[in-house]
Amino acid sequence: MAAARKVACVEIGGIPIALSTCDERFLDLLRQRYDGFLSSSRPEFELEFDLTDTGPVSDDDVRVRCEGDAEDNKKDWLIERGDFCARWDPRTGRGSVRQNANPYSLDSVLRILHSLILAERGGFLLHAASAICDGRAYLFSGVSGAGKTTMTRLAPAGITLLTDEISYLRPNAGGYAAFGTPFAGELAKAGENCTAPVSALFFLEQGPENRVDELTSAEAVRRLMRNILFFAEDHGLVEKLLATACDFVAKVPIRRLTFYPDARVWDLVRNFDRNFDRNFARNSEGVPEHA
Amino acid sequence: MPENCIYIARSSAIAARALAGEMMIMNSANSTFFTLNEVATTIFQAADGRTPLREIVRDKICGQFEVDLDEAQADAEQFVAELSGHGILIVSNQPLAAEAP
Repeated sequence: MAAARKVACVEIGGIPIALSTCDERFLDLLRQRYDGFLSSSRPEFELEFDLTDTGPVSDDDVRVRCEGDAEDNKKDWLIERGDFCARWDPRTGRGSVRQNANPYSLDSVLRILHSLILAERGGFLLHAASAICDGRAYLFSGVSGAGKTTMTRLAPAGITLLTDEISYLRPNAGGYAAFGTPFAGELAKAGENCTAPVSALFFLEQGPENRVDELTSAEAVRRLMRNILFFAEDHGLVEKLLATACDFVAKVPIRRLTFYPDARVWDLVRNFDRNFDRNFARNSEGVPEHA
Repeated sequence: MPENCIYIARSSAIAARALAGEMMIMNSANSTFFTLNEVATTIFQAADGRTPLREIVRDKICGQFEVDLDEAQADAEQFVAELSGHGILIVSNQPLAAEAP
């Protein structure tokens, strides 16, 4: 007789996913890792985990591809890396994962699944730190070493950390909202499970002074696309993602933030929204109109 | 048909959007991302598989930008070869079926 499956529902970005396993210790690991993101909501999706002796966490490139007839939308997603293999059916919202019992493979599978779900819904995962200040979310993106974790470490009291590594973005009425994620970077600390409308996205560069510079729309899209987490080899989703990136650039102020790593950079961030309000008209829905 | 006649068509495996005079292109096969400048965008948009490259250069490039025809043709051929190598354009010495996404 098959062992009974135990379920933990993990809700990231307002999307509850039921994660089930027969292994009690793996269930404990799930609950500990996603503590703060456990939910009693009705799951939208289900993933069944089966533990195997796959290889250790791998740096191999992940492969995410459709199986079946894409034209008829009759397809499963196959998600493969050296340390895991997953299959997910977007029609039923159910999938299965074979991996060993390490949390890094688990994080990777969840991130990829969310990136597929978000692409269909006009959202995306961004390689960026994010935090809420005065009820508005600010995003800080850049290559490794640009200062994402540094910005979160320098944040003054009263700032709510959403993530120091992977930002979660979904469209809302008139703009975009950022959500906290449990996906941590160097800070090794999960973000808060909350959300706020996005006020600005800054691409980070460290320098001798703090300053904010404009970016052209084309440059903003270019930088944004370089930092979006997306893995699928699928023409339809790629078209949607590019459309989403252009929409995001049209609705959210995007700037280059050169900063000297001390706490004064946050004064600049806090004042940005105030100055933006003063210098740029907002439309009737409260959406910043891009420069 | 002239021996050096080149026809170009946009691949169906790409997503493209124009923004502020530049063309943003993403190859869905490998998620590589490209941006084209104004001249390159003009050639990309005219790549219908039926119009010879030389005609595109003469009518769209030399007509719009102040540039010598032979020089523009050489630049265009180099650009087309690069984009073809990245799977963004399809190149043939015969007219091509429309591949526009």
